Order: sequence, then structure tokens, then C-alpha cells
Amino acid sequence: MNNLNKIRLQFPQLAEKVYGKPLVYLDNAATALRPIPVLAKWGELSSRFNSNLHRAVHHIAAVATEEYESTRDAVKDFINASSREEIVFTSGATASLNLLAFSIGESMIREGDEIIVSEADHHSDIVPWQMMCGRRGAVLKVLKVDDRGYLDVASLKSLISGKTKVVCVPHISNVLGLINPVKEVVNICKSNNCISVIDGAQGIVHAPVDVQDLGCDFYAFSGHKVYAAPGTGVLYGRKELLEKLPPYMGGGEMIASVSWEKTTYAPIPGRFEAGTQNMAGVPTLKPALEMVGQLRETEENSNAIRDYMLDELRNDASIRLFGDPVSNEDKIPLFSFAVDGAHHEDLALILDKMGIAVRSGQMCAEPLMDRFGVSGMVRASFAPYNTMEEAEYFIKSLHKAVDMLR
Amino acid sequence: MMSLEEAKAAVIEEFSMFDEWLDKYEYLIELGKNLPEFPEAKKTDDRLIKGCQSRVWLDCTAKDGVLEFTADSDAIITKGIISLLISVYSGRSAGEIAADDFSFVEQIGLKENLSPTRANGLVSMIATIRGAAEENI
Repeated sequence: MNNLNKIRLQFPQLAEKVYGKPLVYLDNAATALRPIPVLAKWGELSSRFNSNLHRAVHHIAAVATEEYESTRDAVKDFINASSREEIVFTSGATASLNLLAFSIGESMIREGDEIIVSEADHHSDIVPWQMMCGRRGAVLKVLKVDDRGYLDVASLKSLISGKTKVVCVPHISNVLGLINPVKEVVNICKSNNCISVIDGAQGIVHAPVDVQDLGCDFYAFSGHKVYAAPGTGVLYGRKELLEKLPPYMGGGEMIASVSWEKTTYAPIPGRFEAGTQNMAGVPTLKPALEMVGQLRETEENSNAIRDYMLDELRNDASIRLFGDPVSNEDKIPLFSFAVDGAHHEDLALILDKMGIAVRSGQMCAEPLMDRFGVSGMVRASFAPYNTMEEAEYFIKSLHKAVDMLR
Repeated sequence: MMSLEEAKAAVIEEFSMFDEWLDKYEYLIELGKNLPEFPEAKKTDDRLIKGCQSRVWLDCTAKDGVLEFTADSDAIITKGIISLLISVYSGRSAGEIAADDFSFVEQIGLKENLSPTRANGLVSMIATIRGAAEENI
């Protein structure tokens, strides 16, 4: 059995059948499948070691707390943060970004200040900043993407003014699948004294992340896109900055002491982890991140799928590919496209009946749809466990679906 | 003209001829393609059916208590579905339409074979047709 087949056995949902046909799961950018070690950890903690964290002195609480806190070390190592205090657990990338927008807004943003987000951003990067701008009287500015889908980093310097406080860009857009030059963005931020925020929801899955090398101030990602339990997420924040931020939510273990006169807050990261945490979910990040390492061994297969898909989609004159790389290496195996004469929703509906799970619609990126002048797209997003046979079946099925619709 | 019951029975029989859902979609696509052209000028927000993921416009004219429906959608399967509905209900009295329970869409398995967002769209289409009938009684 080859390596890929062994890996596939680790993801039980891959054996699922839909309408009697083998499931071809190409909606990995929405949420990835969960491997057996993640399911086992999740089940074990729920069935044997269910206890609230940090509080009680009993044995079960000690096991649960150890599982949770050792995950902080594992995440720290995975993204090469300089200390474990820099890792805040949240319910997902969206929660990480809301926390950040709120806490930065409260403490650092004044009327007339500017926040820059990009046209390629997910709604979760846009809306929290927009809400904060509304509260604080700040201004939201937009970094454009070019026709291929690349961030127009050259224009960032002129877009930044003396009032710009934050720049938030995706490491990899969930629609375009191009690896953005985030280090360049971070360096521009540094030389202009702006806070750099990277949405790594897709980046953490497909690109090696070293936050010290990258030098960003904040990096946010979700657990469920990287094979861990849903309802888990991470906000990495540079210690010096994280320590300056006020809490987002109050209650639970985020306090140092509470009195009617004055409440003081716990040190980071606990200050940002109010309420009962996802004690069964968070520790699944450990086996999940180990799985990312294992899956990198199949990179050759993923690259072959990417090259095949790019060839097929580019060679069809009726298909418009969004996120068209200059060099194939810039692209992850995620393909959003529109087909002349075939509505994205119709295509997804027919592909579904052929056993293929894809995403259709606006993909939480309405401004980007407007940018490219479409009402929606079809997105096929591959994970390292997908096979070339599945890619070929997808292309064959796509042609069949298009023929039906025309 | 067939009675409402006959029209519904005809649709149910037509659908029962296909075993595979792909074939049923092919049939809906044909219906969608054959729907008479809907004037661009009528594609206004007040004719847009709320709750559909794709855009669906429905126009209703009433004459002597009889309703005529025309419709369009930018997605062809949705267009087929609305075409199916108006082929059954167009040309009938407002009272007859309002009194109908629209259960034939469940008998052909349409509702449960659509994605939840599409199924909601179907519910909205039915609600709009029924609403138009109730207004014109």
C-alpha cells in the first residue's frame, strides 16, 4: 500500500458514499476531514477526562488541564512562537479576529485612525474591523488585488498614512488560493509603525508558518481547517503587544481578582480565555498538527494535482479561473472558477449528485465577487489526502455537468 | 385545460419515470430552458423572491380572479423548478391556488433532494405563489 492510501485510511469519512457513489470531498477549505488520532483524542477527553480546566484540585481536572496546556506548547512549537504565553486559544479564526479588532479598537484606535484590509479578505477579516471602525470613528481602507488575484503590495506603501494603525491580510485567500507575500507586507508595516495581522485560516494548512521569521504581530487560524475539532482556534500575538491589550470578554478564569470596586485581569494568555474552554476540542490540535507534518510527505502528489487542475481549467476557454498564478508554486490546490453559460449553483448541485462535494456561491467574500464581477463561483479545494484519480473524476464530471446545463 | 389535480398527477407521473436524480435534473433543466423569455424590465427587486440563493423573479397578473404567472432565474435548475410550479398553478383561480396544500412537490421528492438552501428557496417560491393567490381572492 502506498503512503497516500495509508494516510487516507486515517480519515474515515473518505470511505463515505453519497447517493451510492464514493464521496469525493473537495470542500476542504471550508472544513477539513478529521483523522482517527483527532477523533480518538476528542472521544477520550469527552468520555474519560471531562473536567473544567485550571480550577479543581482533583485528578481528572489535572489530566484535562495538562492536555490543554501542553497543546499550547505544541502550537507554540508548530508556528515557532517565542513563548507559550503568545498562544491564545479561541473558538476559531473568526473569534480570534473579533477579539483582536475589539481589543485593539478599545485601547489603540482614535477617531480618524485607519485600518487597512485587503480585497481578498474573508468576511471574518472585514466585518470585525468594520464594526470596530464604526464604534471608534476610524476609517477602513482597502488594499486591492490585481486581475490574477495577487495582492497589490506595491501600492501598500502609498495606502499607508500616518494614521494607519493596523494592516490585516490573508496569508492565503480562501477564494484565490495564492500564497501572499506576507513577509513583505509585515516589513512594510514594521517600517511604518503599523500592527500587522495575518489571517492564517488557509495558510496554516498549506504553508509552513514561522511567526518569528515572518515577524508579524498577530496570526490567526482555526483548528477545524487543519484537521482538529471544530470550535477550536488560535490567536498568536507578539508578547509585547498582547500584554498591552485589554480583555475582550469578562468572566471565568480571565481575572486576577474581582471586587465591587475594581477587577484586575489575569496575565496573558488567560486574560483572553474567559469562560469554560473547549477542553475536549483544543487538545485535538496536537494530533492534528502532527498530521500536518505527515501530510507534507505527500506534497509531490498535491503539486501534481495542482498542476493538472491548472492545466485543465486554463485550457478550457469557457472557464474563468480566479487566482491564476504566474508560477504554479504560488498556488495551493484550491480552484475557484466560473463557467460561461453555467450557473455556479447548478454546477454544484449536479456535481453533488455525482458524489462530489464542492462549494458554490460567494464564499464569504462578497467584495471579492464584486471585484471580479461575478455573482458567485464554484470552488474545488483539495487536501493532501485527495488523489489524482479524484481530480480527474472532478474534471470529467465538471464537463458532463456543463454539457447538461448548456 | 387539465384540472389542478390532473396537472399535479401529470407532474408526479413524469418524475416517476426517472430513477436517477441526475435524470430528474436533466428534465428540470429542459423545463428551465423552455420557459418563455422574461422581460429584463420586469427583473425588479419587488419581483425577486426572498430566501433563494440564486435570483428568482416571479410576476403575477390577475384577470377576473384568474392568475397568470411568469418567472425567471439566473440558475437553470431553479428556473426549471419555478417553471414546474407555474405550469401547475398558472391560469387557475386565486381561490383554487390558495386552497391547495402544495404537497405534490414532496410527492416527487423535490424538496428533500435539494440542498437545504435550495429547499428554503423552494419554500419561498411556494409561499410567494400562495401569497399572490391570497391577495387576489
